[in-house]
Amino acid sequence: MDVAVIKYNAGNVQSVLYAMERLGANATLTDDWETIKKSDKVVFPGQGEASTAMKYLRERKLDQLIQSLEQPFFGICLGLQLLCEHSEEYDTACLGVFPIQVKKFPSIEKVPHMGWNNLQHLSSPLLKGLTDADYVYYVHSYYAEVDPRYTIATSHYMHDFSALLHRDNYYAMQAHPEKSSRVGETILTNFLNL
Amino acid sequence: MLTKRIIPCLDVKDGRTVKGVNFVELRDAGDPVELGRLYAQEGADELVYLDITATVEKRKTLVDLVTRVAKTVNIPFTVGGGISNVDDVKALLNAGADKISINSAAVKNPRALDEMAREFGSQCIVVAIDTRNIDGIDFVHTHGGRKPTLLQTREWAREVADRGAGEILLTSMDHDGVKNGFANEITADLSALLTIPIIASGGAGKMQHFKEVFTAGKADAALAASIFHFKEIPIPALKQYLEKEGIAVRR
Repeated sequence: MDVAVIKYNAGNVQSVLYAMERLGANATLTDDWETIKKSDKVVFPGQGEASTAMKYLRERKLDQLIQSLEQPFFGICLGLQLLCEHSEEYDTACLGVFPIQVKKFPSIEKVPHMGWNNLQHLSSPLLKGLTDADYVYYVHSYYAEVDPRYTIATSHYMHDFSALLHRDNYYAMQAHPEKSSRVGETILTNFLNL
Repeated sequence: MLTKRIIPCLDVKDGRTVKGVNFVELRDAGDPVELGRLYAQEGADELVYLDITATVEKRKTLVDLVTRVAKTVNIPFTVGGGISNVDDVKALLNAGADKISINSAAVKNPRALDEMAREFGSQCIVVAIDTRNIDGIDFVHTHGGRKPTLLQTREWAREVADRGAGEILLTSMDHDGVKNGFANEITADLSALLTIPIIASGGAGKMQHFKEVFTAGKADAALAASIFHFKEIPIPALKQYLEKEGIAVRR
């Protein structure tokens, strides 16, 4: 199983590579078009800020590549937000795979939303084996709104937001599966088995 | 629902886990990577690795250890000890650390926090504050709690949050190692004062102390070392207790 992990200016991608190794996948960090195109699965991880990430992707035409891929594709954390239509973070136009708005959490509670929160309203083979008593690890200040067409699980912090999204071959998760213990490993294993 | 976090702290010296009483006498409690993996399996929500000799001996935290932990452990972990600049942070994050913790160096050069937050994002910058109450006033201490400063704890906490810290790890030197409970009052003050999470540290002796720091202390997370290392309080039992007491925890 060859997994291409898209290399761009995002933080903490090493953990995703290690998690893939623990699950027995052969993961490569790369921004090479051909390597990405011919891999079995593509992972688009990341921590960071939306506008600089989009600028970097556009400069290297990785935005067009991502939009054209046909194999199972998994966006993680910032990766999920970048797959949406638009982010309030520096008013950034994103990749538009999901026609969903990314908004900033209101400062009613502490922001970022940091720590373990449970998944709700699970509805996807990607979440096979999990229930709403299962927790995943979050660190984020922006969230994708819920859209019943694409949201396959929600979490609740002040209000519901999209925990996971799915459209065609594109999957995305706001929390960090690579840091979410057994639950995260289940989701990544399900993705690798797609 | 967002849960309260339980965080074992692994004090590391020469690649081994140690825990001192009031930071002075050190006892050996094993291999930090294996211990971390064990805690992750038991249900710890995060780990903190502190290289406690780093500042004193001016030794940088071992990137090798971070790499080994990142390869093995499937929950988030923070690394602290001797981190002073953007290059230190970059090396540790690239090795696989999720967050870094900065203490004495932030006091010495507060502007380093602005640089780190801008470069890597606030979410991975934890500021550790060692506090001690002197004649009724809480002062920041550095160098493993040995060196007093003129900074008042509440003011310093607000400043580091303004400069971009994403979290505060508050250790009460008055409570650390004594096992009489956390410093709930100042923890609650900081939690109300700031919009970033507060990790309370120092003083855990009984399961009840964790309940108190999450209720009276309004902490977002609680950190302890020896009571976990020496199995005085197993993490599964602690979480079962907290859940029974109506506190949201990950099971």
